[in-house]
Amino acid sequence: MQNWTEVGPVESVPQKGSRVMTTPDGDVAIFRTSGDEVFALFDQCPHKKGPLSQGIVYDKRVACPLHNWVIDLSSGEATGPDEGCTRSFDTKVEDGLIYIAL
Amino acid sequence: MKEKLVLIGNGMAGVRTLEELRKLAPEKYDITVFGDEPYGNYNRIMLSPVLAGDKTIDQIMINDRQWYIDNGITLHAGKKITHINRVKRQLETAEGEVFDYDRLLLATGSRPFMLPLPGRDLPGVISFRDIADVDTMLETAKSHKKAVVIGGGLLGLEAANGLMIQGMEVTVVHIADVLMNQQLDKPASDLMLHELEAKGLNFLMSHETAAIEGKKRVEKVVFKNGTEIDTDLVVMAVGIRPNIELAQSAGIHCERGIVVDDTMQTFDPKVYAVGECVQHRGSTFGLVAPLFEQAKVCANHLAQMGIARYVSSITSTKLKVTGIDLFSAGNFIGDESTEDLVFKDAARHIYKKLVIQDDKLIGAVLYGDTVDGAWYFQLMRDGTDVSSIRENMLFGQHHIGDSGHGATNSVDGLPDDAEICGCNGVCKGDIVKAISKHSLFTLDEVKSHTKASASCGSCTGLVEQLLASTLGSDFNDTPSKKPMCGCTSMSHGEVKNAIKEQSLKTISDLMVALEWKNADGCHSCRPALNYYLLSTWPDYQDDPQSRFINERVHANIQKDGTYSVVPRIWGGVTNANELRAIADISDKYKVPTVKITGGQRIDLLGVKKDDLPKMWADLSEAGFVSGHAYGKSLRTVKTCVGSEWCRFGTQDSTGLGIKVEKMTWGSWTPHKFKIAVSGCPRNCAEATIKDFGIVCVDSGYELHVGGNGGIKVRATDFLCKVATEEEAMEYCAAFMQLYREDAHYLERTAPWIERVGLKSVQAKVVDDHDNRKVLAQRFYASQEKSQDDPWAEHAAKQRENYIPIKQVG
Repeated sequence: MQNWTEVGPVESVPQKGSRVMTTPDGDVAIFRTSGDEVFALFDQCPHKKGPLSQGIVYDKRVACPLHNWVIDLSSGEATGPDEGCTRSFDTKVEDGLIYIAL
Repeated sequence: MKEKLVLIGNGMAGVRTLEELRKLAPEKYDITVFGDEPYGNYNRIMLSPVLAGDKTIDQIMINDRQWYIDNGITLHAGKKITHINRVKRQLETAEGEVFDYDRLLLATGSRPFMLPLPGRDLPGVISFRDIADVDTMLETAKSHKKAVVIGGGLLGLEAANGLMIQGMEVTVVHIADVLMNQQLDKPASDLMLHELEAKGLNFLMSHETAAIEGKKRVEKVVFKNGTEIDTDLVVMAVGIRPNIELAQSAGIHCERGIVVDDTMQTFDPKVYAVGECVQHRGSTFGLVAPLFEQAKVCANHLAQMGIARYVSSITSTKLKVTGIDLFSAGNFIGDESTEDLVFKDAARHIYKKLVIQDDKLIGAVLYGDTVDGAWYFQLMRDGTDVSSIRENMLFGQHHIGDSGHGATNSVDGLPDDAEICGCNGVCKGDIVKAISKHSLFTLDEVKSHTKASASCGSCTGLVEQLLASTLGSDFNDTPSKKPMCGCTSMSHGEVKNAIKEQSLKTISDLMVALEWKNADGCHSCRPALNYYLLSTWPDYQDDPQSRFINERVHANIQKDGTYSVVPRIWGGVTNANELRAIADISDKYKVPTVKITGGQRIDLLGVKKDDLPKMWADLSEAGFVSGHAYGKSLRTVKTCVGSEWCRFGTQDSTGLGIKVEKMTWGSWTPHKFKIAVSGCPRNCAEATIKDFGIVCVDSGYELHVGGNGGIKVRATDFLCKVATEEEAMEYCAAFMQLYREDAHYLERTAPWIERVGLKSVQAKVVDDHDNRKVLAQRFYASQEKSQDDPWAEHAAKQRENYIPIKQVG
């Protein structure tokens, strides 16, 4: 049984962009793709802890703003030859509201 | 039902085409491959290292059999197609099996030309082309002593070197008096000959072979001048001939090779051809780089995208023969209409020759010192006017104003633990290992696997050299054009033209019209496209999501995710009130570090993102605007105190600097843009390492362009001298506008000027008065919209972008 937390309306996250949600365990980045899919990752790049929420988003990926590692939004895994993984969270959208399973 | 695509020829060009095709249209075809050799696809270029014992066959495999299985490709290794029935679209094998095709790709390659000499069928007479040849050579070296290599070209010398390393006594026989006469002239060849002789190779130059003799196997080679030499092995390396028999027998139009058009299509529209078997606009091919370009173009058409054209360009040969550095490109022989620049130092084994025609570099031969090969090649391809650098260009790029660490050492001499990439701490050994282990071919592949040259890029030249020397022989890593990124095959220049010609107004329109491979683009192309649209269309709506974070939030991100804030201080001149305001604001937001920058500004470091808009509102109230220290934009105008205070000052450099900054601030440029104004030739504001520098003199203002500090220090080029402040400002506006319109995204003024040539900039900004005024007008017009302070605007209207969407716990 997952425990869903309401985050806010989908429109408050820009398309191909991200907003941060703060939690006692650290920041979580909420992403919205150009196709309005929503993903959530722990806001730290596996490389040097760069804030992924500040990166450029394309397809289902985000490029870390510090050194351009490209992270897969659904798995949190680094793509290409880079190796590393950041925590990902389940999300859902209901009636235009984003929910996250922390 | 999927269409059937059949590839005949399991070599590098054909399989590369399949790989390219998989990227574009992975599901389009049922693919079958026929190859003569009983292997997967291997890197033929690497046969020399295998012969020399540096590599094993396994190490040079590019695609093993598993790759074909994984990609659903049927491989018939060792099956030979003997007949093409174009009417029925069927292929027949030697065993009489029949296969259908819808589209056929011929990549039958070439085969070594065997001189029609008596005795050429004797055992012990071979070519140097495939794994079987290498096996024969290795076997022979175990039991026999003497070898003769006929042909002093690249392949012949590599074969000779390998056999010598295997312990044989080797003599190279060459018909001409110049070794590698496709790549070298006589002086370079003479230097190389001496070095190779010192290593232990024997040479018979200007010797034409008459016959090969022997009873059971080869025993000696006889020459036309009556002399002869004993031998146990003869390797013929006198050139290659395209394999066209199969195509010819099917009635496909062939001359020296299978004739193809710019789309790699043959005379039969269902049949394509790539690689060493083709003839394109009269040329045949033997180097790898053009084959890879052809593969790309062919894949594009097989995927029915239909937008690529193959254009053969100048190729360069940068090669390592037995530890000897060579580079040659273009027309290096010259004729009556050309001029030569020649440098020769026989004691150091260095020879350089540059061939110039109409102020442009058209050919180069370098022997012994090849560090500048890539640079010369770039000058050739760009058609840069070299008249202004001619005096020093023979001595290399670092002698024309660059004094940075660049490529000053030849990488070959470096130990494995030498650090190549200082940003990411990557050593030579790591790079070489990655290239061999993952079969890397391009700079981009090396970048993504090792991170070498992926940050500041100053070691790019060194990494390219490593690629060339690791891959060896005829590898050429410089594609004829560089695509913007993996999303397209178009170059920056082509995309810029398309924006104007097709009136593309938004990023999404552009990506549809130009058939971008990824619907959203990537982090590399989106900022570039946003800039090109912004600088082309005055009414373009900026896309913040396509901006790098610094430009999106108008502050510089730091390693811990905080930001730095740099308020604009016009010309570097401030006062007690401003300083007091900055001090108070620093206290209020608990700024941990306050630092004076190199551009005469104050940097407030360690600011949290949520505090940015609040801080900006306070700074705004105190009269500050954004300093754009975060942008590809005008950064600062640095000044000295000038005639107002300095006893040497000739003009009011401070006042002029402030005026220039008020005129130029807020403008977006392809890369950062720095200006300085010095009050006298002592140049305390360091104007000669800025993108635009003004040095005041008693009689007016000297204008300098294209300088930068940083990775590779480059002093400016002198643009011209003007008499008044007004003129200095107009020239500045015009120069900046030309740079904004003409340079590629992320190309600073220094490389831009080196690419297009100072002369072309002078022609547009100095010589053509009307054009200068038009450029300046366009600059002023775009500035009208650019000088609203983004800080004030974001502080007032966009605060929600800076705060968390939600706080839990």
